[in-house]
Amino acid sequence: MTFINYASREINCKIVYYGPGLCGKTTNLQYIFDSTAPQARGKLISLATETDRTLFFDFMPLELGTVRGFKTRFHLYTVPGQVFYDASRKLILKGVDGVVFVADSQEERMDANIESLYNLEENLQSQGYDLLKLPYVLQLNKRDLGNIIPVEDLASELQRKGEPVIEAVASTGQGVFDTLKAVAKQVLTELRKG
Amino acid sequence: MADTPILLREKQYHQIKAVLARLRMDSSARVVFLVDKDGQEIASQGEVGNLDTTSLASLAAGNVAATGGMAALIGEKEFPTLSHEGEKESIHISVIGRLLLVVVFDERSSLGLVKLRSKQVSQQLAAMFEEIVAEDFDNDSPFAEITDEDIDSLFS
Repeated sequence: MTFINYASREINCKIVYYGPGLCGKTTNLQYIFDSTAPQARGKLISLATETDRTLFFDFMPLELGTVRGFKTRFHLYTVPGQVFYDASRKLILKGVDGVVFVADSQEERMDANIESLYNLEENLQSQGYDLLKLPYVLQLNKRDLGNIIPVEDLASELQRKGEPVIEAVASTGQGVFDTLKAVAKQVLTELRKG
Repeated sequence: MADTPILLREKQYHQIKAVLARLRMDSSARVVFLVDKDGQEIASQGEVGNLDTTSLASLAAGNVAATGGMAALIGEKEFPTLSHEGEKESIHISVIGRLLLVVVFDERSSLGLVKLRSKQVSQQLAAMFEEIVAEDFDNDSPFAEITDEDIDSLFS
């Protein structure tokens, strides 16, 4: 949940990248880490297996700048995408302020996208959240590959509530910051409501 | 809808810092910090130096969440304390409701002393946090007037 510290004049928000295994959640964070000035971000912590699959989560704090005299810090988390790590995914959603769903655009991953999105809705519900009321962005990743589904078809299958849909190639950075901006904007707009 | 924001006012922040400073002294600890269960650092005291307290807060919360999950699987409500003892540095974590009290200590202290002193301040910290959670914007939200331009400027 958003944490506002009047003494240090900081706003801290938590954003979670969700999606099926190997969709590019960690790659999103890695790109943000690599292209942000060191003074604006902390360490990228990866709790991963020896084969670089996310085991528990990746974490990176990112400072975006100042709004109304308050430093805005976003804590970016990824979840492990593999189906059997569901217990970990639930834990990471606790206190979430905004969610990015990273969909894999490849035809053969469509079922995995649908399963993961269903799992997101279910896990949010179990924590007392409703996806329809939460800041949320749908990222369509891997748009550079050959066997991809058209954007319209992916959106009609995966879009839930008119959320922003952003095409991306996380490995080259295309769409990565647009995605972050879209979700951060919604989170900060929520604060306006108090 | 996301959770209601937690507002930490200056007065409360300094009160918490004072409790942590006393705990640090009484337990001869290196660093003491308070984290919420979602991994947000609330306050810290001690020889922070180059210690990455933001990452430590997030990992402490992950650690407690994971062991809490294990506790549930074996029929326990939660494990109220966690200790990790290293060759030189050790960490003790106490779960106090929605708070985690994290104490980093070395050979100048001992696990027994840290446990005892942590327990002694638990109730006080829990009461302070109750007050913080009850805080509302009271029409003084600095964010009520946030404009789209303010937000866009963060990404320019």
